[in-house]
Amino acid sequence: MIIAQNISKDFNGIQAVKDISFQVKEGQTLVLLGTSGCGKTTTLKILNRLIEPSSGAVRINGEDIFSLKPEMLRRSIGYVSQNSGLFPHYTVAENIAIVPKLLGWDQKKIRQRSEDLLRQLKLSVTEYAGKYPDELSGGEKQRVALARALASDPPVLLMDEPFGALDPITRAAVQKEFLELPELKSKTIVLVTHDVQEAFALGDQICLMDKGGIMQTGTPKELIFGPENEFSRNFFSHQRLQLELSALKFKDIWKELPDAKRGSEASLESAQSLWEGMELLAENNQEMLSVINADTDSVKEITIQTIQSVYLEIKRNR
Amino acid sequence: MSEQLNLWQFMLQQSDKLLDQTIAHIGLTCVSLVIAVAIGLPLGIWIAERKRTAWVVLGIAGILQTIPSIALLGFMIPLLGIGALPAIAALFLYALLPVIRNTYTGITGVDPAVTESAAAMGMSKWQILLNVQLPLAMPVILAGIRTATVINVGVATLAAYIAAGGLGEFIFGGIALNNTNMILAGAIPAALLAILLDFLLSLFQKARLKRMRKVAVILPVLLILFSSFYIIPYAKEKILAGFTPEFMGREDGSLGLKSKYKLNIPTVVISDAVMYKAAFERKLDVISGYSTDGRLKAYDLVTLKDDKTIFPPYYAAPLVRQDVLAKYPQLQPALDLLSGVINDSVMTELNYRVDYEKQLPEKVALDFMLAKGLYKKPQSGSEGGVIRLGSKIFAEQYILINIYKMLIEGNTNLKVVTRTGLGGTKICFDALTNNEIDMYPEYTGTGLLVILKPDKKTLDPIIADRNKVFDFVRKKFSDQYQLSWLKPIGFNNAYALMMRRAQAQSLNIKTISDLKNYLSNENHQH
Repeated sequence: MIIAQNISKDFNGIQAVKDISFQVKEGQTLVLLGTSGCGKTTTLKILNRLIEPSSGAVRINGEDIFSLKPEMLRRSIGYVSQNSGLFPHYTVAENIAIVPKLLGWDQKKIRQRSEDLLRQLKLSVTEYAGKYPDELSGGEKQRVALARALASDPPVLLMDEPFGALDPITRAAVQKEFLELPELKSKTIVLVTHDVQEAFALGDQICLMDKGGIMQTGTPKELIFGPENEFSRNFFSHQRLQLELSALKFKDIWKELPDAKRGSEASLESAQSLWEGMELLAENNQEMLSVINADTDSVKEITIQTIQSVYLEIKRNR
Repeated sequence: MSEQLNLWQFMLQQSDKLLDQTIAHIGLTCVSLVIAVAIGLPLGIWIAERKRTAWVVLGIAGILQTIPSIALLGFMIPLLGIGALPAIAALFLYALLPVIRNTYTGITGVDPAVTESAAAMGMSKWQILLNVQLPLAMPVILAGIRTATVINVGVATLAAYIAAGGLGEFIFGGIALNNTNMILAGAIPAALLAILLDFLLSLFQKARLKRMRKVAVILPVLLILFSSFYIIPYAKEKILAGFTPEFMGREDGSLGLKSKYKLNIPTVVISDAVMYKAAFERKLDVISGYSTDGRLKAYDLVTLKDDKTIFPPYYAAPLVRQDVLAKYPQLQPALDLLSGVINDSVMTELNYRVDYEKQLPEKVALDFMLAKGLYKKPQSGSEGGVIRLGSKIFAEQYILINIYKMLIEGNTNLKVVTRTGLGGTKICFDALTNNEIDMYPEYTGTGLLVILKPDKKTLDPIIADRNKVFDFVRKKFSDQYQLSWLKPIGFNNAYALMMRRAQAQSLNIKTISDLKNYLSNENHQH
């Protein structure tokens, strides 16, 4: 649980962050979204005290971060930056071992842990452990950077544009991997991005920022369907359809969907978005797909037409 | 082929000296380097976080770098005297800039994303410096140390000028004595040393980034090891002699003192530029001066009588290319106007005004010409031709060529250009024979012993007689080099051993034999 209260930061009289407050519940992901220069990265770096705020309070899991030594604080917070920040003179294994070493783990435990992480990230231990960062591709570097951030199993993870330097294809692949990584599901994460789709894909909550202040905070659905101001409305306007479909989950429209025939195999889960459903339908060139709701153990049917009509219904009602 | 063989023989024959000089050279280079790294590295790290201070520190180090090395050595004398200490101090100052600058560049060049992620993972400032910044900056820092090393091997040759030893003793001795083997015996090891040290350091630099952590440990250990070769040769002597590199290798110098006088005196090698002052400041007791040097008067030194005549006469006279004399018949009468005009005391006085009172040689020359009534306004125009005057680098030669310039331009239609500062005898003489200058003032003794180098049988009957020496060199130079010695100017700037007047009087030393006796008595007592 992260609680930030009224934090501000001046750089030589220029206010980069203005009186910002937010909360991230345990195991949730908060996305700080905004154009460059909006103060989102500054806000993120205040959380692990890479930047000291001019005023405000931050508590992580109940502890005031300013009462700790910065080094000690940071060892309990994972950090992934845009350019991986891997040590070029350390191997992959040595890079992953940095924080555990600082924490004084023994060699065996460190090795087990890094091998485990590499496996989770689908990097072969024999092939990658001894490599140096300049021998890795961009996607591999970011995966190693994530492994390094997770090495000591910190409860909190900060990510600064973690996919920002990747090409669109690698980016989609690495993003997907991150989403599926079991370790990440239990982490409290604050992620900075300027990419709206990324924010919608990864964020439980999104803080939309502009000029150092928060314009609106809420779930993706709240932001896209209930903009509180002109800025929020305009921010999403040019890719509205896709974002709206991404924000809507099947479980949100569960009642509107027809039951599936008995025995049909489900290829989607109810927590996935309408957009994902449309993509899968188009990808497989199918008329119809089944969606399963694990909570109620029911299966429903979707087609392009049902998605379209439900979507239009919702739009009309708002 | 025979040249190579001779060089090899020379190096073998002088292997003791060569080894001493090489060790001193390595020592000077490494000691100064160790100090430069010990100070430059932390300084470079410190300024890497302070952009404004960095500008100032790098500026100062840069200015130090632009001071000519010989001048920097000169500045060191009043502060630190002569010997290894000022040499190391000067070398240290030279090595400082590349070390500081490359450390600064290396550290500030480390990718900020890497240092930021190091901080974000909870590394302390020191951990980041030692584990991230230094290893990543190490290739650049090592490049700086390599630069500093090569600079220092080169500049350390100049240490020979201030009695700090090193391979410069051979190099400058060789230049002064027209002895190619001696020059090469110093220059080749110095060059090899630069290449070797540079190569060793390059091995470190090429080591993979990962191993940089080890380099940071091994390198200082090696440097200190090298430095320890060098034990500063500073035993406190009762009487210490300082001789120029040239004097060290001459029969009418240190060699003759040993063979004819059996004089056995602790000796350091030093440049004549600082020798007199060092004697005055009691850093040296006996020096090999020139008898008309102005500083003799300035520093109250006395010459010891050469009672066994090992120093031949050194009468100065213009040495001119014969083709030039033939082409411009008006030249010789103009030059002869000075013949017999300047005696020893006049020359000493003129030198004194330049060396000690810091008057310009041009002004001293003009004053002299006016006083003697020799001055005439230059006959304008250069249609008559151009005469190129050369000079070695000391005051007397500067004064003489300024006088000759006025004589030539005032009495003929010829124009004069001067090429001053031709290092030593060999450089002047080579310039003359290679038709790069037309004349320069030379001394009969130098012509005899440095250029002609006759065997002992020829030498013995003529060496003490000024006329015989003059006739001999005039004939030989004409036959061998088509060069003419014109009439001598009058003064005799012979070599002489000198001491402080007060010390000479208190020890009752008047002649070189007195000095020898005093030294052997001293040795007896111990």
